[in-house]
Amino acid sequence: MAEPVAETDLKQTPLHDLHVELGARMVPFAGYSMPVQFKAGIMAEHQQTRSRAGLFDVSHMGQAFLIGPDHETTARALEALTPSNFVELGLGRQRYTVLLNDNGGIIDDLMVTRSISADDDGRLMLVVNAARKDVDYAHFRARLPENVRLEVVEDRALIAVQGPEAVAAVAAHAPKAAELAFMSASSMEFDGIDCHIARAGYTGEDGVEMSVPAGAAEAIARALLADDRVEPIGLGARDSLRLEAGLCLYGHDIDETTSPVEGNITFCMQKRRREEGGFPGAARIQAELRDGSDRVRVGLRLDGKAPAREGAEIALPGADVIGTVTSGGFAPTVGAPIAMGFVPRAQAETGTQLELIVRGRRLPATVADMPFVPNRYYRKPKS
Amino acid sequence: MTTYYSKDHEWIAVDGDVATVGITSYAQEQLGDVVFVELPEAGKTLSQGDEAAVVESVKAASEVYAPIDGEIVEANDALADEPAKVNEDPEGAAWFLKMKVGNADQLSELMDEAAYKAFVETL
Repeated sequence: MAEPVAETDLKQTPLHDLHVELGARMVPFAGYSMPVQFKAGIMAEHQQTRSRAGLFDVSHMGQAFLIGPDHETTARALEALTPSNFVELGLGRQRYTVLLNDNGGIIDDLMVTRSISADDDGRLMLVVNAARKDVDYAHFRARLPENVRLEVVEDRALIAVQGPEAVAAVAAHAPKAAELAFMSASSMEFDGIDCHIARAGYTGEDGVEMSVPAGAAEAIARALLADDRVEPIGLGARDSLRLEAGLCLYGHDIDETTSPVEGNITFCMQKRRREEGGFPGAARIQAELRDGSDRVRVGLRLDGKAPAREGAEIALPGADVIGTVTSGGFAPTVGAPIAMGFVPRAQAETGTQLELIVRGRRLPATVADMPFVPNRYYRKPKS
Repeated sequence: MTTYYSKDHEWIAVDGDVATVGITSYAQEQLGDVVFVELPEAGKTLSQGDEAAVVESVKAASEVYAPIDGEIVEANDALADEPAKVNEDPEGAAWFLKMKVGNADQLSELMDEAAYKAFVETL
């Protein structure tokens, strides 16, 4: 169990008072007092996000800029620390990547967005995990070249709106949001307030993440919650949604010991970087890309109803333990328990029969394709 | 029939030498949506404080402890198919288990309804 943290030591987001007013159950999370659920409860909040739209306060996450003299310089500086291609990232485009340590382990996973405007090009916006902010920022400061600096943003909140009706609800206040393609971003006005809106999120649904001035966050959240389509959603449903979407949670599914190949997130590595290398731990990661890693993150479906949580052992049927569950729980949309965990490459094939050991009992499970629930990210119709 | 309450939020309704055990309304509210209940087999003998059952909510697993010594005489197997009943009717239809009272003296250490209500107020 984690040490209890006194409520007074916790940081608050600009939406804290609104959460309390809405009847949220607040819990300590990554040093912040955050809503784990609202009155509807995790199950209803999960279903609300899958069927209509949910509003999530993700202001605890870190927002920062890398600022260099031009795009090429800033992009190269970030490429030296990550295995993704940023030089060829288009204006206003967003990309998922990982910060790597010298052994190819993952220091953090983050979203990077290039400015939409050629006027302020040379800036890359970063969104990093709350619990990793200090580690990430120190890493950047120690490793960036002299002509690229890190600027941490302290005066903005981050609001995610996710679900099939999310973009329509946001576009009622910020019409330009409807024109965004998946994984692209733009600055625009929301009821006259300057916001930075990206079409992305962490639920597997269509939706946006909005970086907004801290002082305007509550007004924006209230405007969205006044819409029948939108309800507030806590960390509990955020976790079950991202698990169904097959997405990694830092510190659980990936950490400093896991490489992107082991973590099964090689989609963050574009062709040029895979071939050229030139990122931390390249020797290990390129060898794993070529030969396969010893272990790999897989999805698991349980046959019964009992959920397997993080830490449950993964075993061969009736035989040895071969791995560990890194995330697991009941999946409301699937209507059954699901999990993710690491297994040797020989057992990573979809359909492989395994067992998860829960309270000493062996529960049958099958290696499953991820996502567990089909993604519904918005793809722009080809014209 | 007399009902007692434990600090771990179990209720114990004693009728003769058989005690019916469940979790309180306060407990189910704290847990949130219950998705699975693991119950003990009849015939199992438990000591006070032993793990008697496990309730899984969407978010976490929580233990239910034996509030007194005794032998399990029946588990409420209906909960396996309808775990959500624990949220709907925790102090009624969603009882967890019945046990033979092994040591009646232990009942006096438990709270009555008024004392439990006052206890919950302090949480």
